[in-house]
Amino acid sequence: MMKSKTDEEDYWNSSKFKAFTFDDEDDEFSRLKESKQAVNSIRRLVEEDDDEEDVEKISWSGEPVGSISWSVNETAASNQRTDREPAFPKINTDTSTTSKSQSGYSLSSLFKGKTKGGNFQQFTDSLTDSSLRLYAPELRKPKSEYKDYISDWSPEETVQRMQHGKAVSLEKFRSLQDKLLLLDFSVSANDGNVITAVLIYLKRTLSKEVLFRELQSRQTALRHLICYLRESRDHRLLQELFRALGRTEDVALLQYKEHLSIADENKRRDFLKSCLSLPFSPEDFSLVQDHYTLLERQIIIEATDRQAERGGKLEIFQKFPRKASILNMPLITTLYYCCFYHYSEAEGTFSSPLNVRQTFKISEKQFFVTALAARAKLKAWSDVDALFTSRNWLGFTKKKSPLSFQRVVDVLQKNSAPTQVLQDYVALVDDAELRITLAQKHKCHDIVINTYRDLKDRQQLLGYRGKVERGSAEERKIDELLTNQQIRWKN
Amino acid sequence: MAHSARRDCPELPDFSLLKRLARDQLIYLLEQLPGKKDLFIEPDLMSPLDRIANVSTLKQHEVDKLYKVEYKPVISTSDQLCFLIRPRIQTVKWICDVANADKAAGKFRRYKIIFTPQKFYSCDAVLEEQGIIGEYVTTDEWSFYLLPLDDDIISLELPEFFRDNFLAGDQRWVRTAGSALHLLHSLYGPFSKIYGIGRCSKMAYESWREQVAEGEQRAQKAEIGKVFLIDRDVDFVTPLCSQVVYEGLVDDIFRIKCGCVEFGPEVTSTDKSMKVMLNSQDKVFNEIRNEHFSNVFGFLSQKARNLQTAYDKRRGMDIKQMKTFVSDELKGLKQEHRLLSLHIGASESIMKKKTKQDFQELLKTEHSLLEGFEIRESISFIEEHINRQVSMIESLRLLCLLSITENGLLPKDFRSLKTQYLQSYGVDHLLTFANLRQLGLLVEQQPGETMTVMESKVGKLVNDKTGGKLTDAFSSLARKSHFRALSRKLNLVPKSDEEYDLRVPRDMAYIFSGAYVPLSCKLVEQVLDRDGWTGLEEVTKLLNGHEFAVTGNNGADSKAKSDAQRIVLVMFLGGCTFSEISALRFLGRERGFRFIVVTTAITNSSRILESLLDNHV
Repeated sequence: MMKSKTDEEDYWNSSKFKAFTFDDEDDEFSRLKESKQAVNSIRRLVEEDDDEEDVEKISWSGEPVGSISWSVNETAASNQRTDREPAFPKINTDTSTTSKSQSGYSLSSLFKGKTKGGNFQQFTDSLTDSSLRLYAPELRKPKSEYKDYISDWSPEETVQRMQHGKAVSLEKFRSLQDKLLLLDFSVSANDGNVITAVLIYLKRTLSKEVLFRELQSRQTALRHLICYLRESRDHRLLQELFRALGRTEDVALLQYKEHLSIADENKRRDFLKSCLSLPFSPEDFSLVQDHYTLLERQIIIEATDRQAERGGKLEIFQKFPRKASILNMPLITTLYYCCFYHYSEAEGTFSSPLNVRQTFKISEKQFFVTALAARAKLKAWSDVDALFTSRNWLGFTKKKSPLSFQRVVDVLQKNSAPTQVLQDYVALVDDAELRITLAQKHKCHDIVINTYRDLKDRQQLLGYRGKVERGSAEERKIDELLTNQQIRWKN
Repeated sequence: MAHSARRDCPELPDFSLLKRLARDQLIYLLEQLPGKKDLFIEPDLMSPLDRIANVSTLKQHEVDKLYKVEYKPVISTSDQLCFLIRPRIQTVKWICDVANADKAAGKFRRYKIIFTPQKFYSCDAVLEEQGIIGEYVTTDEWSFYLLPLDDDIISLELPEFFRDNFLAGDQRWVRTAGSALHLLHSLYGPFSKIYGIGRCSKMAYESWREQVAEGEQRAQKAEIGKVFLIDRDVDFVTPLCSQVVYEGLVDDIFRIKCGCVEFGPEVTSTDKSMKVMLNSQDKVFNEIRNEHFSNVFGFLSQKARNLQTAYDKRRGMDIKQMKTFVSDELKGLKQEHRLLSLHIGASESIMKKKTKQDFQELLKTEHSLLEGFEIRESISFIEEHINRQVSMIESLRLLCLLSITENGLLPKDFRSLKTQYLQSYGVDHLLTFANLRQLGLLVEQQPGETMTVMESKVGKLVNDKTGGKLTDAFSSLARKSHFRALSRKLNLVPKSDEEYDLRVPRDMAYIFSGAYVPLSCKLVEQVLDRDGWTGLEEVTKLLNGHEFAVTGNNGADSKAKSDAQRIVLVMFLGGCTFSEISALRFLGRERGFRFIVVTTAITNSSRILESLLDNHV
């Protein structure tokens, strides 16, 4: 369904969306300003005796006094000094096997009905502790109810009880068939919490090979196991699972993700290099390769530039001190950096923009946008100019740009280019309407005047006369045009 | 500007009861640990907790100091520590570390972990593994399912519901959703009719049904008659569009958190930030929240003028008149003045921000995508957006919008845009792209092959290890979006040649400047109109099925004309946006319904996409 260009323009020029515009000069906006003034003018009266009766008390941080967030912040503030004390002693949480055997509350000890530490009373009192009820018999129950436990719950009943957080024992599901029945019932109950509980039990009591094999045909359960392993950060087992399932891309991505937790840049680079042997898809492979190459290069640039900055010999680093290190920045940020600090370097150096462009196959438009922004930021207007004219190898005298001139003006303006620079580019905007809008916005009077002249729009030109400064060159120019007998005005 | 209702809309039930229940249960739980104790609160529970209790409530129940859970060593000197947390393995591991460190240091303490809204077995397993079950550690559940954010908005405050359920395919929150619905049913039911669409909705419904069957319903007069359940993945287009109604815009720009927004100095025109509650209690806000932004200025100016006149009255008053004025009117005027200047400040700040980022052009691109023309121009707009490293989230949002509306990107475009994106924002986003593909938000078009064909092929390959890549696709919950076809069938994009007066909206499209009727809300409208899915078979097929409509047998039908039947609860599983709420309010006024929105969390495009980013540890 393609609509013609004119259709589209009509569409956007229709009044439908005109009501809503975010342009600075908008009437609504000035109305808003007026209302603001009105409101501000009466502010004094209001503040005279602001008793704040209906205003929540707000503390310095903006939190309502007495709110919980406020109170937490207060505690944090009062504890700031102690906060900086040495880090917490790390306890290895990955020793599930040993901690289990050391536990004084293993299943067997519960079955004996006795616990170490003489704290029995305290913990059986916690009626709501369903973990105990999950694995332990309900010891305090009268004998009549006690036999409930001894009587066998079917897999289905077990799942139902688990959904309610009631006591169950999974230990009796020993055959593979029973275990799978239990799993399938939990899946059909749709309760993720129970599915995961069953999986934790299966993971403990089945070999990986068997568990993984059975999960291949149980996608819902499989997703829950993956989620559980991710949440408990058991990446090793997760890797094995992905491998067993032949999910090679997941293997690669999971491994690749590890680089995020490596702080040292050299180690990170080496790790990324090792990632190149992972089974990525061909396109992802080249992206990861770029990642490695980029970091390698950033490390070199960073070392050189840090030294140059300290040495104080290069003027650019003195005039515009670097705000942050370039390490781990995206490619385009790196390119911008190189265009900023190393613009004229020969193609042979690692930090030369042209070299970066070549190595990473950066598109012409992308390179252009980045170089434009960087040179504009430095107010190197001749470099900016050269970006356009360097392309006239066929003898063009006209400036050409892979980016629309409207955007170019936008980029320049955001980097606070002076009007003289802006008007050169505003003049190159093809569409007359758009050119006038931009020229008015950026006060490029000449362009506005010339465009109205070209459009032979006497009325608009007359109107614009009121907007330029009295007695200025612009006003004189307009007057000359208006009295010019040779122009055949259309209105 | 308040719209006059066509019919008298029924009164909404009083949901403050939910707050009271939650507070009472929390107090009860705190009393289970008698004596002075320090309370550690999960950061994302702090705002919800603030809405139902305050520090003095906690202090009354012997909470001494309050801390935020920050995974740092504990500096408390109290011999009783209470933890109020979401059921997450990392948090439980941290508590285990705390307990084990105390033990190693010979410190004797009691610990109580309160999970909300429920405890998971996986958390228990950690406690057992770390050997701290019974070590003076007790656990409890605080069934704080529902937080009323406003008269007609109730939130589960579970933003992770979205990622867990739709990306990871983990159904841990299904029962939670069922229980939340069950709570509403037992307090405000019995419901007489339930409609729904989506896998999760179906499961939540089942869970709710089972819980109803197990318990007993008190005989009571129903306050809520109808319920509509909808999965977020039924409609991704709507939450990915820029919001242009006032409340949505405020959320997009300032982020409303738990019904509260923090306005910075640029809004308050002072040197301080200010936290403001945004709900129907704020009279000024209540009148503009559902309005298209272009109407807001006019309204605020009018208000300001009225206010000026009201203040001016005091000129020429004698002492007695002045006294009456001060005692009767001044307070109201002052409050209105305060609110008015805040919202004017906010509008001004919105204007500034939006002007800076070429909002007009952005909207134009969005509208082109929705209408499906000038796609090439849209793609190059997005490309430039990426090239110039404009907001990482915005670029991603536009890419996703392009993919869903076009049913995937052409392989050539996909590769080029992905490469440019990673060049601009970091290769780490490979992981983000993998997530987006898995969810079906940003995909490559499969040449000449529909998903269903592929799925059946994959079915045969599931046990074949060589089918790695295909199994991959199969394991993802992604589905084709069919947006164009749906848009045609349901007439979601009104004809562009007609004028749309945003001051007098004629349909729900006004929330997107008249360019698009939100799919989610359109489904609600259609199903309520038809009292079911009859006649919508083609639509549900395009939406991948999982629709249902059931009638209760509690005899509520006999008095189907009662007010309760015009109170409709719409539950969004995976989040809903303020724009959708505005659209439903509009629909309610048109048809004489009152909608109550229950959502797992208030969401918007940034929240959705941020939850899918994976470029961090």
